[in-house]
Amino acid sequence: MELYLPVANMSVHILWILALGTMVGLLSGMFGVGGGFLTTPLLIFSGIPPTVAAASAATQVTGASVSGMMAYLRRGGVDLHMGAVLVAGGLIGSILGAFVFRWLESVGQIDTVIALLYLLLLGSIGGLMLKESLATLNILRSGAQPVARKRRHHPLVTMLPLRWRFYRSGLYISPIAPLILGAISGMMTMLLGVGGGFIMVPAMLYILGMGAEVVVGTSLFQIFLTTIATTLIHSITTHAVDIVLALLLLIGGVIGAQIGARLAMRANPAKLRLVLAIIVLLVALRMGAGLTWRPDEIFTVQAL
Amino acid sequence: MIRFVGTSRRAMRRWIGPLCLVLLMLAGEHADARNPILVPDVSSRTIDIKYSFTGETLLLFGAIIYPDGRLADDRADIVVVIQGPTEPIILREKRRIGGIWVNADNIRFASAPGYYAVASSRPIADMLNERTAAVYEIGLDNLSLSPAGFTSDDQLGRFERGLVDLKRRLGLYVADANAVEITQGSLYRARLNIPARVPVGRYTAETFLVRNGQVIAVASRQIDIRKTGTDRFIANAAQNHGLLYGLFAVLLSVGMGCAAAMLFARR
Repeated sequence: MELYLPVANMSVHILWILALGTMVGLLSGMFGVGGGFLTTPLLIFSGIPPTVAAASAATQVTGASVSGMMAYLRRGGVDLHMGAVLVAGGLIGSILGAFVFRWLESVGQIDTVIALLYLLLLGSIGGLMLKESLATLNILRSGAQPVARKRRHHPLVTMLPLRWRFYRSGLYISPIAPLILGAISGMMTMLLGVGGGFIMVPAMLYILGMGAEVVVGTSLFQIFLTTIATTLIHSITTHAVDIVLALLLLIGGVIGAQIGARLAMRANPAKLRLVLAIIVLLVALRMGAGLTWRPDEIFTVQAL
Repeated sequence: MIRFVGTSRRAMRRWIGPLCLVLLMLAGEHADARNPILVPDVSSRTIDIKYSFTGETLLLFGAIIYPDGRLADDRADIVVVIQGPTEPIILREKRRIGGIWVNADNIRFASAPGYYAVASSRPIADMLNERTAAVYEIGLDNLSLSPAGFTSDDQLGRFERGLVDLKRRLGLYVADANAVEITQGSLYRARLNIPARVPVGRYTAETFLVRNGQVIAVASRQIDIRKTGTDRFIANAAQNHGLLYGLFAVLLSVGMGCAAAMLFARR
């Protein structure tokens, strides 16, 4: 069955978009990531204009993260104080991102930059996750007790001035560090249509040194509010949010997220991370290949 | 008596001018009347885009009316051109730089048609010479794109070919040399596909009657392609009320996320 998308100006297969939403929802429920890093490229591969894909994916991530965030909120798994700083950074980042987006579009390099960023970010994060999860699995298999890594923030973070106490995260650090992190992820959301969870979770763990029990919840909290901001900014600047597309993605996404959350409770976390790492690396590889292969279209049209 | 004759002479003088004019016109019409007239029509004057829109087939048909009701001895051909609203675009060309493909070169076209279809009863090149085809803007080689910012004719040619090729594969530019069917020399019809991704706006459908390498009659019709119902509402809201539209999108996604969470929590 085909459905016409009023903002993208094209018709799509309903089932394909629903399946895509469900798949991404499953991932977000299982791994606590927004799943935008999969939605945007898959939408672009199915012929939807990159701007519409990124903008509508951001809208969907809001819906996919809300139920998870509320669950963590109830359990006290969100450091609201830290979350507020991250969101403030995210806001600054998305506004900066909107300008960068417009500038890159006007010089015609937005596609290349998006693909390069995907390759770089997903490649490095996926690689790290793969290494880490394989190491954990090996330790588990050998029967040895896994050694708890000593929690510590990155030395650069300690050099920043002005220290705040973040009780829930168990940190006494400068708010500038999470502000910068938030800004980076806000920019990613604007440019790539990703929530930024796959960058934020490792960054919070290894750069800020936050307690693991609040990392996923706080990341969801930040994703939730940052994607709301980017949806609004896209609506005002690029007019590229396709509400019909977002709705289709949401229907699959919210259901998938609930199923995914239930599946995740039964699975081995290290194995889950291994699967996520492989998916992330595959997307990165595909993006990288797209850059080096001769593209299907040498010419592209940009409306003025 | 004399007065009567006088008046009749005056009356004659008064009448003679217009009479001559009518006779001249008749003679003129007679000379022109060797050329047939076109009576064209289209299957729909408006195409409404709604949620189920996956494109449409447009039927262009009509009659060639010959003077005296006689068919011409030599063959006449029909060319149909449908053109959509034009828009300014930048066409970018990718090139391999340092191992990756990036946009390297570009040309602006001030008036690229969003849709252009040409259908004919015979290949255009067989019925019209290049100059005539260019004058009437018939054929994909004769689009008036108003290019700017190119450095050489070579480059321009490459870009124009690239644009036409790209749009052809999207179904937005069409050239079909056998799409016009002429029945008994006087009725013609052409079927053209309008794909789902056409731009909205006012389209013109022009029909050309061609004989002996000359365009001997032209007729045009207008077709409006527009979004209707919710699709029109959504597109309009997205374009003109960005903030409200964005807020609504946010509410929708938050609401759906919450609804799903509650639904699953109850089980």
